[in-house]
Amino acid sequence: MTLDPAATHDSAPAHDSTHDSAHATDTHATDTHRAISSPRLLAVDPLIDDPRTRIVVCCGAGGVGKTTTAAALGLRAAERGRKVVVLTIDPARRLAQSMGIDSLDNTPRRVKGIDGTGELHAMMLDMKRTFDEIVEAHSDPGRASAILGNPFYQSLSAGFAGTQEYMAMEKLGQLRARDEWDLIVVDTPPSRSALDFLDAPKRLGSFLDGKLIRVLLAPAKVGGRAGMKFLNVGMSMMTGALGKLLGGQLLKDVQTFVAAMDSMFGGFRTRADATYKLLQAPGTAFLVVAAPERDALREAAYFVERLAAEEMPLAGLVLNRVHGSGAAQLSAERALAAAENLDEPRIVDQMDGKAVRNSPDTYDNSESSATTGAQDDSPAPDRSVEQLTAGLLRLHADRMRLLSREQRTRDRFTALHPEVAVAEVAALPGDVHDLTGLRDIGDRLATIRPELPTSDG
Amino acid sequence: MSRLQVVSGKGGTGKTTVAAALALALATEGKRTLLVEVEGRQGIAQLFETEALPYEERKIAVAPGGGEVYALAIDPELALLDYLQMFYKLGGAGRALKKLGAIDFATTVAPGLRDVLLTGKACEAVRRKEKSGRFAYDYVVMDAPPTGRITRFLNVNDEVAGLAKIGPIHNQAQAVMRVLKSPETAVHLVTLLEEMPVQETADGIAELHAAKLPVGRIIVNMVRPEVLDADELEYARAVPRTAVAKSLSTAGLGGARRGGNAERLVDPLLAQAEEYAERYALEHEQRGVLGELGLPLHELPLLAEGMDLAGLYELATELRQQGIS
Repeated sequence: MTLDPAATHDSAPAHDSTHDSAHATDTHATDTHRAISSPRLLAVDPLIDDPRTRIVVCCGAGGVGKTTTAAALGLRAAERGRKVVVLTIDPARRLAQSMGIDSLDNTPRRVKGIDGTGELHAMMLDMKRTFDEIVEAHSDPGRASAILGNPFYQSLSAGFAGTQEYMAMEKLGQLRARDEWDLIVVDTPPSRSALDFLDAPKRLGSFLDGKLIRVLLAPAKVGGRAGMKFLNVGMSMMTGALGKLLGGQLLKDVQTFVAAMDSMFGGFRTRADATYKLLQAPGTAFLVVAAPERDALREAAYFVERLAAEEMPLAGLVLNRVHGSGAAQLSAERALAAAENLDEPRIVDQMDGKAVRNSPDTYDNSESSATTGAQDDSPAPDRSVEQLTAGLLRLHADRMRLLSREQRTRDRFTALHPEVAVAEVAALPGDVHDLTGLRDIGDRLATIRPELPTSDG
Repeated sequence: MSRLQVVSGKGGTGKTTVAAALALALATEGKRTLLVEVEGRQGIAQLFETEALPYEERKIAVAPGGGEVYALAIDPELALLDYLQMFYKLGGAGRALKKLGAIDFATTVAPGLRDVLLTGKACEAVRRKEKSGRFAYDYVVMDAPPTGRITRFLNVNDEVAGLAKIGPIHNQAQAVMRVLKSPETAVHLVTLLEEMPVQETADGIAELHAAKLPVGRIIVNMVRPEVLDADELEYARAVPRTAVAKSLSTAGLGGARRGGNAERLVDPLLAQAEEYAERYALEHEQRGVLGELGLPLHELPLLAEGMDLAGLYELATELRQQGIS
């Protein structure tokens, strides 16, 4: 996990979009970042250090490093002295292992090896377990076991559309209510639609509260002919249609389930509302996570708009896997041209190892020939060095192209949402395996990269 | 060649792109393919640079050689109303159900029903025939949910069939399951040469096998071109800095002396080579892991200029050349 800082702290070539030169200069001049309060640079440390920040929600498209970001943020906050719990939804095994926990489960487990006085706890959402706990907590044992044994309940809780999102929000509410942690960092489910986790509680809530429930409930509750006087003809037609569709036995299961759950419905709705309000509260900060790729940033823009519409507090955008180069002063075009020069060595007079070609850097020329002469203990540059150098230059050209593509993609986002603060995280060549790796990501997250650099000198 | 081609993969691996390229690749010589989207993200419309797809099969591309690609974004709610209409003539009652919240319930909360509707619609398109007796589509390509959910998504019919032991949903689920578990179907997994997606691919294959779902191919997406080979990378670790500085100077990039323009490039360039070497080793290792899974393996190149419509055709050509169609 070693990385060359040069490759990460240096930044993309200058470009000409909206330019706040004051900030760019500041970031260059100082190593501490807290002094900078650019609306466009997201300072992560002040956010996680602020005792008023109680919940950080990481959301974004799948595959952008959302869970890793959540874990790295949690670790960083803990090592800066806070008592943190990270709620992950579906972490890759390796990520769980990176926190020294082989199998995360529905109970927060303390992560060992944290520096400082803070604490890090981590857990993985177990939908079914969470749902079961709600049932157990809100009904007497007899009724609870009736619900838990119901086939409809079993498949509902085992994770079909919406349940995961609902349970994630439910768990968040529970963790917050326990008030044991200074900070809760939540990862959001890899939803089919990025916004399901905001919608699901409402949907489930309105379903459980809705007319449909009453219809389903009626026959099971009252039953037989006596029930008919409460049901108009339209409604019995409806249950008829449902019966047709679902099959009589499934409908019966649903009805039994609904009847057994009846007493809990109010609670569901209340908690769904409470969690929703909790998300809107000032102690909550949303971080939209993305990678500098078109689709991921498109989804991120969608998120930003949706969060604004729901009046959810957005702290900023975390842009993962941003590439940099320590040699950003050398453009892709010049690198390729230089590589070509090396591919055709005949042009160059190499008789005495002196390179006296006209360089584009004319001011450098005299120095150039002088040095080559002076240091010439080594044999004439052989072909393998030149080949390698040409390769290095091509590699650099690829890097520079990638860099400018990433920059263009990000600029498009910034143009749409100039109000969103951005924290860039330099790309790692490999994956995260341990706390050191997570710590490294945390450092990168908190390092404010000069977003619009002046030329590197 | 299976007629229902299901494309899954970890988020971020480009499964929508691969599904679209596959649909194009399969539409050779007058063949007709249907590209189906089930997650409501309108990824297909974005790829083909057209307006959002309605719940309607619509021609979106002509493949080289005259084949046609149709696309359909399945909306579970409309699919359910469709279904009700088709089997029960429930037109009015359907609307009433909607008002009651039953449709919303059925398509978002009800166990698996949504997934049955989505897979059911795709299977219907696979089986549909024209009056001439010819299949309406030679191939149906589905841009399916990600690897982590694919088995449950496809197997949901089994779960529903277990839950609804009788009745039309039960029958529908059974019929869909017969198609999905037959050689008519192949589930392909898209991955990158990175640890997490490869791990997820391996897990996904195991799950699919366990559920007796037919696994097709592994498609490695966004493979970077090899710029430096293993020998060169090894050499890069040992090469004297001054020699590289001199070469850079020879190439016309300034002075090789300490502090000279060429000399100042040496460290960053070697650092980039070091990162590349780390990635190279990792990719090599992951290729090995994928090779052990014993499935046909295809590689698609990373497109230097990012993904666009031209790139999509490029990938389709690549898939054809690799004999996927």
